[in-house]
Amino acid sequence: MRLTLRQRQVLWAYAFLSVALVFFVIIRWYPALLSFNIAMRDWNTFKGSGPWVGLENYAAIWDDMWKPRSDVRAAFTNTLGYVLYGVPAQMVLALAVALLLDRIRVLSTLFRVAYFAPYVTSAVAVAFVWNWLYLPQTGLLAQVFDILRIPEQPFTKSPDQALASIVAVAVWQTLGYSVIIYLAGIKQIPATYYEAARIDGAAGARLFRHITLPLLNPVIVYLTVLSTISFLRLFALVQNMSPQGTGGPLKSTTTVVLEVYRKGFSSYDMGYAAALTVVLFFVILLITVVQLRFLTRRFEY
Amino acid sequence: MKTPRLLWILGCLLVALSGLVACVAPTTPDAAEPMAEAEPEMVEIEYWQYNFEARVLAMDRLIEMFEAENPNIKVVHNSDVPYAEYRDKIAASVPAGVGPDVATLFYGWQTVWLDADYLVPLPEDAFPTAMIDDEFSPLVQASFVDGTLYTIPTAVRALAMFYNKDLMANAGLDPESPPTTLDELASQAAACTVRADNGDYEVQGFVVDLAAQDHHWFREVLVRQFGGEPFSADGQSVTWNSEAGQQAWDYLLKFKTELETGDRDLFDGSTQAFLAGRACFHIDGSFRLGTIANNAPDLNFGVVELPSHNGVQSTFGSYWTHGITQKGASDPARLDAAVKFLQFVTSDEAGSIWVDMVGELPARLNAGSDPDLLADPKLGAFAAGLAYAQATFFVNESDQRQALIDAYDMVVLGGEDQNAALDIAAETVQDILDAHYSQ
Repeated sequence: MRLTLRQRQVLWAYAFLSVALVFFVIIRWYPALLSFNIAMRDWNTFKGSGPWVGLENYAAIWDDMWKPRSDVRAAFTNTLGYVLYGVPAQMVLALAVALLLDRIRVLSTLFRVAYFAPYVTSAVAVAFVWNWLYLPQTGLLAQVFDILRIPEQPFTKSPDQALASIVAVAVWQTLGYSVIIYLAGIKQIPATYYEAARIDGAAGARLFRHITLPLLNPVIVYLTVLSTISFLRLFALVQNMSPQGTGGPLKSTTTVVLEVYRKGFSSYDMGYAAALTVVLFFVILLITVVQLRFLTRRFEY
Repeated sequence: MKTPRLLWILGCLLVALSGLVACVAPTTPDAAEPMAEAEPEMVEIEYWQYNFEARVLAMDRLIEMFEAENPNIKVVHNSDVPYAEYRDKIAASVPAGVGPDVATLFYGWQTVWLDADYLVPLPEDAFPTAMIDDEFSPLVQASFVDGTLYTIPTAVRALAMFYNKDLMANAGLDPESPPTTLDELASQAAACTVRADNGDYEVQGFVVDLAAQDHHWFREVLVRQFGGEPFSADGQSVTWNSEAGQQAWDYLLKFKTELETGDRDLFDGSTQAFLAGRACFHIDGSFRLGTIANNAPDLNFGVVELPSHNGVQSTFGSYWTHGITQKGASDPARLDAAVKFLQFVTSDEAGSIWVDMVGELPARLNAGSDPDLLADPKLGAFAAGLAYAQATFFVNESDQRQALIDAYDMVVLGGEDQNAALDIAAETVQDILDAHYSQ
């Protein structure tokens, strides 16, 4: 059988593309599938193995959920809190910043870089810098508050403020990405729509409400889904901003992924940790499907 | 025939790639090819400890000496992992088939590591029980499980009280008479505290920081001084929430809630505050002498034994200890090298080097009872403390510590009743103990 030149080119293309696929299958999918298996075992991290126990790990998670001062319940409620505070804050702020950036011409690149830089900074570095900014008494924020005669705030040191303080950093860190995507979306909207609307007498807020917002829908859906997932998987910031990386004070900042890590690598109960990841996987799947189903709207103009 | 060749290349690529990925884990020293040049065959062992500058430098020195004595053994020293991630990294290394042959661990972690069969017993011929009983500090008995020795330390340490002489003098206190009782500690700490008009602490008298050493101070020192026992005689029940425990707890909390002598959230914790010259009194181990020498050489400080109360003297004794892992024992040549290495780092000679560089006292009584050591103005307080030091038998040191940190937070941050918080912590720890002893 002889192949045409084109067929051969396609085959070569597959040969090169398969590198990424192989990597993905072995490094991402295989371990992910393996965790379904580990979740059914009493797997000690040190031993790297364990006997089959069926659904016991899931039952243990369920029991732990209802214990007083439960780590797992705190993890799930906090994670929900991160999503409920973080996602709307991120969506609204990013859109506002994108609209402003879209207006300016002078120094616009500089501003874009400034907003995007945190996104490409390591979360650990970000966490350390913000730890210093939040530091009571000696931190920059405490000193600014002093000058403004506002009472100093404990931020991450208080169970009431810690979660919000971390949300603020997470939003700040990932804002740049959403801004760039929004900007791309805004550029896609044909200027003729605005011109036509202006001729019909529309202006300002109405343009935004009836043209910009509806036409940005696909972008908004994409960003909502993505930022929800990223908040559901929050880990590095919490691990580096809570005392001793435990998700405190008093478990007020712990997340599901942090609990997975602590169970797997501090309590050495990898089976339980794997079961928790499986639960998180289904939570993410469910939320994503629901979001895609209900947020997607078609607008025809 | 072009197709088969192309597919063939594609197939080879796939196979090669999967091969590569499978080998992604770094090769372990056991894969080190046997040297072709005949004997003496080189044996490489990997040694891990967490990153603590003085210890790293001391161990580098010991390894250098050991390798000079044993030219056919090479010790790879991994000390890059910070304390907070040390256990996690070790745990993660096991399934990957890498990690240490000899590891240093806190004695309080031994139970958890043994539950996972991570450590192997030390060979009786190299470390006879009678020799340990006679020649090592009694604290080391905690390394025996049902009569089998699993780990052995270079050094042991006790807690004592550090005091900043300059800050005491500034506050009008006599820097040569630091507190000797708990009551004096409370009054001097209050006197030494300096606050700005806006309430900011400029100098903290005494900072209670349970994440540092103060959870040990509470359990093994304060509870006993107020007339209680931290655990039942068989070690299986928590008793540090007894009435004496409540009084000890009240004393501990008072520094924050009533006397307001400091706040552990400032200056990155009590230890850093003391190093930075922002705290008058600080409870810590002798290992901190090494830190101060390296990082705050100008600090004008002294060390005394922990304050007594009701005539009771106590301190918490503990040690970092070395064990041989399953991986280290998996090959006879490496096991042999690991045993030799352990014998060397637990020798009198090693102990003397260790105390000079790190400040921890030699675990061998011989080296530890050196008169020069006891007369040392700083080490003397620790050496004296070893005579009456108490070690907690931990099932899970970090979780047992966290329970007390949480109880403190409940009171200080959450406004919980202090005795209720202590009971909650006791209940949490009792669950940990029960889970262990029911196995």
